[in-house]
Amino acid sequence: MVNLCSLTAEQVVEGVKNNHFSAVEYISQILERIEKIESQINAFTIVDANGALKKALSIDKKIRDGEDEKKIGSLAGVAVGIKDNICTKGLKTTCASKILEDYVSPYDATVVKKLKESGAIIVGKLNLDEFAMGSTTEFSRYGATHNPWNINYVAGGSSGGSAASVAALECTVSIGSDTGGSVRCPASFCSVVGLKPTYGRVSRFGLISYANSLEQIGPMGKTVADTVMVMNSIAGMDDNDQTTLNNGAPKYTTQSKRNIRIGLVKELVEGIEPEVSKCIYSAMDVFSKSDCKCEETSMKSVEFALASYYTIAMAEASSNLARYDNIRYGFESNPDSYEWNAYFAKIRSNFGEEVKRRIITGTYVLSSEYYGKYYLKAQKVRTMLKQELSALYKIYDILIAPTMPVLPFKFGEKIDDPLKMYMIDIDTVVANLTGIPAISVPAGFSKGLPIGLQIMADELQEQTLFETASLFESTANVQRSPKL
Amino acid sequence: MFRGVQNYNMIDGIKIGLEIHCQLTSLQTKLFCSCHCDYHGKLPNTNVCPVCSGLPGTLPLLNQKALEYAGLISLALDCKIPNETTFYRKNYFYLDLPKNFQLTQYNVYGITSIGIDGKLEYDGIDEEKHARIRRVQLEEDPGRLVYENNDMDSSFYTLIDYNRAGVPLVEVVTEPDFTTPKDVRIFLNKFTSIVEHLEICDTKLEGSVRCDANISIGEGKRIEIKNVGSFREVEKALSYEITRQKTMSTHEIEIKAETRHWDDTRKITKQSRVKEEEQDYRYFQEPDIPTVILGNEFLSSLKTKMPELPNDRKNRFISDYKLSEHVSQVLIDNKWLADFFESAVKIYSSPKEIANWIVSDLMGFIDENNHHHNSQASMEEKRSELKVEARHIAELARLVDQSNISRNTAKMILNQIITTGEMPSQVVERTNSSKIDDKGLLSEAIESVFRSEKSAVSDARLNSKAANFLLGKLMQLTKGRADPKIALDLIKKKLIEPD
Ligand SMILES: [Zn+2]
Repeated sequence: MVNLCSLTAEQVVEGVKNNHFSAVEYISQILERIEKIESQINAFTIVDANGALKKALSIDKKIRDGEDEKKIGSLAGVAVGIKDNICTKGLKTTCASKILEDYVSPYDATVVKKLKESGAIIVGKLNLDEFAMGSTTEFSRYGATHNPWNINYVAGGSSGGSAASVAALECTVSIGSDTGGSVRCPASFCSVVGLKPTYGRVSRFGLISYANSLEQIGPMGKTVADTVMVMNSIAGMDDNDQTTLNNGAPKYTTQSKRNIRIGLVKELVEGIEPEVSKCIYSAMDVFSKSDCKCEETSMKSVEFALASYYTIAMAEASSNLARYDNIRYGFESNPDSYEWNAYFAKIRSNFGEEVKRRIITGTYVLSSEYYGKYYLKAQKVRTMLKQELSALYKIYDILIAPTMPVLPFKFGEKIDDPLKMYMIDIDTVVANLTGIPAISVPAGFSKGLPIGLQIMADELQEQTLFETASLFESTANVQRSPKL
Repeated sequence: MFRGVQNYNMIDGIKIGLEIHCQLTSLQTKLFCSCHCDYHGKLPNTNVCPVCSGLPGTLPLLNQKALEYAGLISLALDCKIPNETTFYRKNYFYLDLPKNFQLTQYNVYGITSIGIDGKLEYDGIDEEKHARIRRVQLEEDPGRLVYENNDMDSSFYTLIDYNRAGVPLVEVVTEPDFTTPKDVRIFLNKFTSIVEHLEICDTKLEGSVRCDANISIGEGKRIEIKNVGSFREVEKALSYEITRQKTMSTHEIEIKAETRHWDDTRKITKQSRVKEEEQDYRYFQEPDIPTVILGNEFLSSLKTKMPELPNDRKNRFISDYKLSEHVSQVLIDNKWLADFFESAVKIYSSPKEIANWIVSDLMGFIDENNHHHNSQASMEEKRSELKVEARHIAELARLVDQSNISRNTAKMILNQIITTGEMPSQVVERTNSSKIDDKGLLSEAIESVFRSEKSAVSDARLNSKAANFLLGKLMQLTKGRADPKIALDLIKKKLIEPD
């Protein structure tokens, strides 16, 4: 029998709907695969085998009963993993933190609701850096996620579980969140496709906030087409999120287009690891051979992007995470005989080191004395970047850059040096600061380790993004799955 | 601690500013979720949802109607309305804050209030005065903390009820323009009447209006007075505070900037138990609520929705009903009274008579109560105990106008129906208290008075003023029911008749 785990979402829907195999058969293989290799990968914080099987049975029944195509759904049977900072009703949502270790949300995030309605099967929750703060998934209460291409290497982060699970064929597609590159970074490191949509294109309702003004939920998959399928399910306006854009999301397609005007942002390639830079320049050649006009271009304010990003992200985080005081929900801890300030302090000492670092720094930059020096300046950088981008998008349809300036690295290599760790986000944060959509697609390998190409389009130009990514994917033909 | 002798008059240079919070009780839902705005009488923590209890992953959804209400207050207070508005997070840890930050508005990094730079005129003690309004803004109410025996200091536990969390508050901040506590009370009465006329806040609901005050005297530092539960108490708290600060100054004790709490039972201000240090609230714009463009559209839609305000209503009472300025003022100071008056006038068009009944008699029944209880809630209680409606007063006025009963009798009837709710005409019929105006009957009665008061009759024949004595005797005889006008005429006629 074919390995159903290696199918794309498109093939799963096709197979299930046409009775080539049942959803139960497929999901059983997925669960078997998880059982077999999860000990090496550690992509999940929780696997919901019972829930997955139950949903698979109901999908098979719908198909047997000949129910309406719409009711069966556009993602019928597809195994999807959800990053564990996105709320799922009845299934724990822990943010990989002690603080929320027993938390069960009373509601589904909008994306989860939409995925369920589309017939997707939620197989479990995926590992991440605590509260999505990190670039390697090493800061998880449940241990680091391993890179399926070499388990001694980090999977990237913070959506490390989302990327690794797809690469390791533990689920067919997954959902991550991207605050400063958290979808694209692990997508690049694990050689899968990962999208950060335009800010406001996908509802954040149910995404546990790290930095509200920067983050978006985004899909990950083995192919561009798979991320498009998921986007068609989750994108659109949501009454529960007033930052969602009120124009309806179009139905995205994957037709590849030629004659695209492409600019390579040279500031984002300068000084990066040579293997990565080499790979990105050869990606330029791929485009040029496909009748695209491809040239180097410059974006000067990129220089300030990283500082701006971390200032804003930490400021928002310090406020967002204030609610975790163990009063309304949390973990077992007796408040008897504590004065409330002391109780707050005791509870909040349970955050991990990186989370504490960001809360403290964020608190500092928001203090009235430093607000103007840091936070306000950081916001001005956003405006500068936006202005520069809007000028660039008058000349180019697409801007490209590496997703990550480095190859995946070994565990522990950067964890003790926060600044070194923060530096690797240099190429991804521009999209978050400006709200534009960006996608990471597999671009090649060096020393057996994946390299991702980052493709960025103007606000709401996801369709152009998908067309460019499809063109690259079909032309570059990069190897898909690791051997495990 | 001590400093040199001060040679200024302490009363000069009193500066009082107010920070008023009023809940938009007329809204259906909370400020950022769809929970009920009215939490009164609900079991603790039942009027909550994932949003207002601050569950992870939830986002605030701005109640557009709340913007409109805050806009109406702003216009009524003569404020400028900025072109756009946003919300800020005020970050601090406290048990009653589900998110450990409060969504509010903040003008330091750019104007975000719904209204700024307004003013409200009021009749001060000696002269027409006004207070400048610094800002009008929207914010969410925190939850409610419940202590054992209502006493934070001695309580063994603290219970938290989030039913109130997220209820929309309008905060109105004045400049320190008041110089006497009495002016503050007059201002607050006027403010209450405005809010009631806008029909955005039921000021009688417990906790729906709160007022903090700040006061400085001369060179003294600014003292904040918090925890004043009703507008009526503000005047008392301020008077107490002025006496306290004057005494301190007389003893050359330096007045330090501090926050004091009003003790409602002991009627004193006391230093806050927890010393409130200079807090840094780390304000920043709430990213989850997009900037709202108000613009001309907002302004013109407000203008179409603006109801008649107390000032206009007062002028209308003076010009249409020919009421005095004073009576008009008394009526419009309390929307309930003004509405009562107008409904009564609709039933029986005798505005002056009706206004008189309301202002000099009906109000007495409501006010009487306030000597015993202080809260506005008890005033409302008393008012709901009143069985008298507009139709009662209208009928009373009609009966008096048509001379069926005397004013004295009418007052007695009012006394009675206030608790029974009977119609005045029913009372008249039941107790037969109509005046005796039948001349035949009166003549017979006068005859018997003349017989028993012979010497008085003789006197009266000489001195017409003594006729009043005979009238008094007649009244005694008829238990006051004789129509005095007719009776006096008959008496005088009889006096000049030959014996
Ligand atoms: Zn609610």
